[in-house]
Amino acid sequence: MTLTVTDLGYSYGPKRALDGVSFALDPGFTALLGPNGAGKSTLFSLLTRLFVTREGRISVAGHDMGTAPRAALARIGVVFQQPTLDLDMSVAANMRYFAALHGIAGREAARRTARALDRLGMAERASEKARDLNGGHRRRMEIARALIHDPKVLLLDEPTVGLDFKSRQAIVEHVHGLAGGGLTVLWATHLVDEIHDGDRVVVLHRGRVLAHDRAGALRAGRPLAEVFMDMTAQEATA
Amino acid sequence: MIYLTAMLAIVRRESMRFVRQRSRFAAALVRPLVWLVVFAAGFRAALGLSIIPPYQTYITYEVYIVPGLCGMIQLFNGMQSSLSLVYDQEMGSMRLLLTSPLPRWWLLLSKLLAGALVSILQVYVFLAVAAGFGIVLPGWGYVAVLPALVLSGLMLGALGLLISSTIRQLENFAGVMNFVIFPMFFLSTALYPLWKMAESSAILRDICAWNPFTHAVELIRFALYLEWAPWSLLWVCVGFAGFFGLAVLGYDPAYGMTRRKG
Repeated sequence: MTLTVTDLGYSYGPKRALDGVSFALDPGFTALLGPNGAGKSTLFSLLTRLFVTREGRISVAGHDMGTAPRAALARIGVVFQQPTLDLDMSVAANMRYFAALHGIAGREAARRTARALDRLGMAERASEKARDLNGGHRRRMEIARALIHDPKVLLLDEPTVGLDFKSRQAIVEHVHGLAGGGLTVLWATHLVDEIHDGDRVVVLHRGRVLAHDRAGALRAGRPLAEVFMDMTAQEATA
Repeated sequence: MIYLTAMLAIVRRESMRFVRQRSRFAAALVRPLVWLVVFAAGFRAALGLSIIPPYQTYITYEVYIVPGLCGMIQLFNGMQSSLSLVYDQEMGSMRLLLTSPLPRWWLLLSKLLAGALVSILQVYVFLAVAAGFGIVLPGWGYVAVLPALVLSGLMLGALGLLISSTIRQLENFAGVMNFVIFPMFFLSTALYPLWKMAESSAILRDICAWNPFTHAVELIRFALYLEWAPWSLLWVCVGFAGFFGLAVLGYDPAYGMTRRKG
């Protein structure tokens, strides 16, 4: 298991944001599906140690986030919902800055940057300013950047927000490809069309895990959107 | 090595950012120059200055306020970095920084050092322009002031960092102007010496003497005239340690104020 979350809880004052959340992920694509306000962003903040909690444990590739946070963070790549590129810096400079934050410098940073841009087919745009890229390319670049230190786990918090359909699809396929290559991907979303039948799905609602299964098994022949709506509606009336 | 790599990258990024923002540079320079040229000219007649250390002769008011204005540049710069930190938090690039596997205090210290260097650059440009106006200081003073500026820049930057860890929205920043920058600047020895303050009020004098900004200014003033100010040095170091310690605590997810609705 590369990412294990055990009995995780978190509150904002009296409001319970996460309650007894547990799941364990192997390499591959897992969607964290939940409506707005389900607790996805809180979970991501805990997974990236922007928040800490005393309730429960997070383990990344065998490193406990509570006791060895730096080892755990070194094995995580993150793409936040908000863009975090410096728009006035060049594409390559953005990559190198991030590499340096992970202690990678000089020739090694240049090599990894070139490799990442190559993989995206953006090698010839390395010296362009990030501002000149369209939304889809910026996002792809952020994904490439999040992988520059070869993490075991890639976390993406609603990475397709604000993108047009085509860019969205391209990114969904791109990340599925990465997951196929042995990376553990956790993709938070509220959009069911981003999920393939073979993907695992963790359904999060009101801070609790409602289901954890393959998408195909979960929907059992029905459209996933319908199943998801039913699940969250039942919970709401219960 | 890993630590140094990250620090250099942060310093480089902040400096590039500053170079790009030419208007910020202009504003940073115009502010003290207006004080020097306009305010000091008006006050010159009203304010008599006696000979006080580190000065060995009578000086004009313009000469007196130059160290205070150096401090002012650094004070504004520290607050400006704090503003950009709040902006970074809203925009997400602070998250990027904080998810680096390096210890947070190191990342924050790197940020501070970057801010201090940017402020020192501004101070030297200001001193050069002041020299153009005929306010020339002892030659070696320009060198001796460098370590003083590093320390005062770090202290004022740490104060900015501490403030940025407590405020969550850019809108609250006007309050910082009113409640931090103005009192700190006016209740210090930047514009009038301590004894002058004592003439009007003993309480004000005491506040000035306790104000860490006073000691930043005095440290700069004495260094410019190649003299030691051990008491101010101590104060600035203690101020830096205190502000930085609290700021690191503020940015620590276990204790800090980064806990908020996400």
